[in-house]
Amino acid sequence: MHPALSVVVFTTLSGAGLGVLFLAALLQSLAPLPLSRELAVAPVAVGAALLVAGLGSAFFHLGRPGRAWRAFSQWRTSWLSREAVAATATLGAGAAMAACMWIAPGGTGATTAAIILAGCSVATVYATACIYTSLRTIPAWHNAWVAPTFLLAAGLSGAAVFWLLLSFAFWRPGRAEGLVFALAAVGFALAKVGYWRHIDRHGAKLDTGAVTGLARFGSVRPAEAPHTEANFLLREMGFVLARRHARRLRPCAVVLCGVAPAVGGLLAFAGLGGTAVAATATLSLLAGLLVERWLFFAQARHVVVAYYR
Amino acid sequence: MTALPLPSPRKLGLVIDLDTCVGCHACAVACKEWNEQGAFGPLPDQDPYGAEPLGVWFNRVHTYEVAAGNPLPPPTPARAIAPAASAAAAAPAQGMTVHFPRSCLHCEDAACVTVCPTGASYKRASDGIVLVDEDKCIGCKLCAWACPYGAREYSEVRGVMQKCTLCVDRIYNESLDPADRQPACVLACPTRARHFGDLGDPGSEVSRLVAAREGYAPLPELGYRPVNRYLPPRPRRDGAAAADPAAERFDASRLPPLLRWADRLLSR
Ligand code: SF4
Ligand code: SF4
Repeated sequence: MHPALSVVVFTTLSGAGLGVLFLAALLQSLAPLPLSRELAVAPVAVGAALLVAGLGSAFFHLGRPGRAWRAFSQWRTSWLSREAVAATATLGAGAAMAACMWIAPGGTGATTAAIILAGCSVATVYATACIYTSLRTIPAWHNAWVAPTFLLAAGLSGAAVFWLLLSFAFWRPGRAEGLVFALAAVGFALAKVGYWRHIDRHGAKLDTGAVTGLARFGSVRPAEAPHTEANFLLREMGFVLARRHARRLRPCAVVLCGVAPAVGGLLAFAGLGGTAVAATATLSLLAGLLVERWLFFAQARHVVVAYYR
Repeated sequence: MTALPLPSPRKLGLVIDLDTCVGCHACAVACKEWNEQGAFGPLPDQDPYGAEPLGVWFNRVHTYEVAAGNPLPPPTPARAIAPAASAAAAAPAQGMTVHFPRSCLHCEDAACVTVCPTGASYKRASDGIVLVDEDKCIGCKLCAWACPYGAREYSEVRGVMQKCTLCVDRIYNESLDPADRQPACVLACPTRARHFGDLGDPGSEVSRLVAAREGYAPLPELGYRPVNRYLPPRPRRDGAAAADPAAERFDASRLPPLLRWADRLLSR
């Protein structure tokens, strides 16, 4: 599939934003940090800003952005519509929680909004993942690895951004936080490796013989193309990354979003989780997630390609 | 609404004969021509006379070479109907060329419809035709991702998704002569390889054709349950048999007298 930059950026940024919102909501409902209300609200604002930036970049990916409001209507069947509804609900709950934290810190209003926000942010990431997993036409997406890796990526990048923000307020992660972060990074890298092994084995089973139904007559090979110029299908779905490029990019992704953040987490465990470490871990993680998300598209083969080659 | 309607008894669709299709692309051109001025708005091309023209076609005609060799078993051996079962079993001795027109199969379980976030894509309850309301489409392209048959193409010029309408603006068009109330591709086909009708009615001409030739739809494993059917190529005459050396044997004694005399004269 063609890795449209706007979609790659959208899913990565909005995932990080949703992760930040989820963690802010979790902290607010379980154990609010002893912070001034400005500092407490800051992560909510940053999370919402990341989410809005992501939504904006998806918005400009549309052919007719002016009609985007219609995308709220078909939540009964469409995961894309559910994602739009959930993302909007998340923004609403985030605004409500921030308002309560500002007006009445420690009140039940903030806690209630936080619980709703936590639910909505998880639902949004899950809906995004389901847009991909629901497509039977793309085996690299239609499998059980995708939703957990999306959720894990959102949580991990959200935690990194959250850590970076709080480090500006001289907050330092404790041993437990550092360890959990390091383990999550390793877990995410392992999940990606598992995913890649899965798609290498079950990537593209349907060949030209299968999609034409002519396999029973012998081996089928395209002899003449249906059109001499490109078309939408070849531009959108015809992008298949060369294997050797993938072989180089996968280790990059593992180092950037697995190894480096895990080292950062261990440093935090050792009491060295300052701003420099947080910033390095966050930037490395976000860069790695962009590579990983780019590969997620570039390596996914749509079955329609088999009509052509 | 992008929820699929309850299955209707009427299932309009196409039956395409891969045995007689000669790959002339007349259907594709007739489709483009009709729909350029059809009820669903134009099919404009980007850079039409330039170096890299790009535009929407509802119908694309592929050409495949089927090599002789290990044929796979037919996908539905249980549904054995005499002539086609033999067609399925016969691997071409020398390989064959098959032309394969590809367009929307108006699936019964059309995921292209259910993924649509706006309600622009829908399946008609009355006859099963799958359409895009181009005034509602936001051009998110998700439906094209969901279609395994490559039936949906996005118009860069119009910013919306476009697809085969089964010429819904012809088949019910009372200003046309009744004989012309058929999809443009069906009327254009010079070998009559394309047939239009109600595949939900087992007695219809198209249904009987499908039964007699064991029509199929590709990719049943994906579960989209297309309405359209393809008729598989018939077994090709074996080229080697045509060059039978026995036919070359010449027995002068069995010729009529005049030719026998001529043969004797010429053999001197
Ligand atoms: S062929 Fe594609 S566009 Fe047509 S109904 Fe089936 S899934 Fe939808
Ligand atoms: S491109 Fe248009 S028709 Fe297709 S899913 Fe998006 S809104 Fe629906």
